[in-house]
Amino acid sequence: MAEPFLIGEAMTGGYGGADILHDCTIAVEKGEIAVIVGPNGAGKSTAMKAVFGMLDLRKGSVRLDGQEISGLSPQARVAKGMGFVPQTNNIFPSMTVEENLEMGAFIRTDDIRETMAQIYDLFPILRDKRRQAAGELSGGQRQQVAVGRALMTRPSVLMLDEPTAGVSPIVMDELFDRIIEIARTGISILMVEQNARQALNIADKGYVLVQGENRYTDTGAALLADPEVRKSFLGG
Amino acid sequence: MEPLNALISLSNFMLIPALAYGSQLALGALGITLIFSILRFAHFAHGDTMALGTAAVIGGTLFLQAQGVSIDPLPTALLAIPIGIVVMVLYLLAADRLVYKYFRKVKAKPLTFVMASLGVMFVTNGITRLFMGVGETRFEDGQRFLFTVREFRDFTGMAEGMALRSAQAITIITALIVMVVLFWFLNRTRAGKSMRAYSDNEDLALLSGINPERVVVITWTITAILLVLAGTLYGLDKGFRPFNYFQLLLPMFAAAILGGLGSPIGAIVGAYVVAFAELGITYAWRRVFSYLMPEGLEPTSMMQLLPVDYKFAVTFAILVIVLLFRPTGIFKGKVI
Repeated sequence: MAEPFLIGEAMTGGYGGADILHDCTIAVEKGEIAVIVGPNGAGKSTAMKAVFGMLDLRKGSVRLDGQEISGLSPQARVAKGMGFVPQTNNIFPSMTVEENLEMGAFIRTDDIRETMAQIYDLFPILRDKRRQAAGELSGGQRQQVAVGRALMTRPSVLMLDEPTAGVSPIVMDELFDRIIEIARTGISILMVEQNARQALNIADKGYVLVQGENRYTDTGAALLADPEVRKSFLGG
Repeated sequence: MEPLNALISLSNFMLIPALAYGSQLALGALGITLIFSILRFAHFAHGDTMALGTAAVIGGTLFLQAQGVSIDPLPTALLAIPIGIVVMVLYLLAADRLVYKYFRKVKAKPLTFVMASLGVMFVTNGITRLFMGVGETRFEDGQRFLFTVREFRDFTGMAEGMALRSAQAITIITALIVMVVLFWFLNRTRAGKSMRAYSDNEDLALLSGINPERVVVITWTITAILLVLAGTLYGLDKGFRPFNYFQLLLPMFAAAILGGLGSPIGAIVGAYVVAFAELGITYAWRRVFSYLMPEGLEPTSMMQLLPVDYKFAVTFAILVIVLLFRPTGIFKGKVI
């Protein structure tokens, strides 16, 4: 099998002290959705941050489209086509929605209006609120701004750290629909989710992490059907 | 009752001077609020760097005067402002390289930065005194008045007179232009927006590819422009004396905090509130009321709430009241 579009392979490391990740592998194919689930403290967000270069790996490597990127800083990875939406503080609150999107495209030197129009098509509510300060929007709308900001660089991979944290179930479904739509345009999605059942529902690939190690790896549907996984991680 | 004469008297002794003083404070407070929101510390060296900047402008003025350059009726100092700005941009960037950059690298606490800026303040103060001494230097030339009290009285035939000094008019007009340009820069240009983004969310700005060191350089440059302008206008208006500039630190900080730290519009509003409060509370209202009150009820006292010597007490009181009851200021800024 050909190598996945983005892969963090056999990653071991942490934030300086003890290792959090142990020989952990996360990968996503072109245009697919990969979801990382697992109990609290399993190292889900850490695994994602490791792929994005926000912590030092002692072992393992990260490759994007076959290219070794382990040594690059997060900013350099953005330039390479990776978009990252942090879990919190992921917008510029005092700036307008439109300015947030402009800042997302800061490294671009070409015309950004077309990308902006695409994002307004994806999230129509943002078009209505484009002159409003992003900090004044509701939780769900802020997440849309955050995702939109990350999409402004036209990334080939979009990484989302718990995009549905703190939003209502209806907004969550809506966000997942949008994420599927983004994946259909050929952008690979790698996300960490608390709502494991719903997330695996839309996932092409699921990774169940426990204590920084891969416990189960399979397609989203297979994981949902697996009685072991259901019993341990999905509440029956 | 003669309300018009009351208004003229009030304008002459209170409104116009307060407007000019408020404009000078506003330019200073804008610098303080910018540094606070971008570099995230209270810049205690602000008053003394303002003095050094003005000293550079005075040096430039003397040089130009010696060359016989003049833009009469405007003061020569206006022509020397670019010299002062260049000197202060270089000075502040050097201070940043030598002092603040290290503390940014080790991610020092804001208080460490404040203490470092206190150090820069003492050094700057020393340099200024080395060149200028501690006495007063007057460097205003050109036409001193747009119109004098006598001219005004002859022209209007009113009992009260009003004068408008060139320095006051220049101050108010310059401050207005600078504010408009600054807001245009912050809200419309890419560099300005990147500054606001960095102030809003440092980590996300980094992720978006905004270069923090560039933002820092732009911030110091704008600060240098603002403080040279503020210092020169203040000096033209009231004469240059290093110690007075150090004392301006209190009203400038009071203005920035009252308006809401990090909010440029707040800094401007705060500056005018502080200026009008300082002058209003130390102003002798007797004359104004003698025109306003019905015959026989004219005040017999000076109607002055506090002697002029206590004007900084007014500012200090404002500062304490704001910090106690509304620490975020009028426009919801950050809390120190």
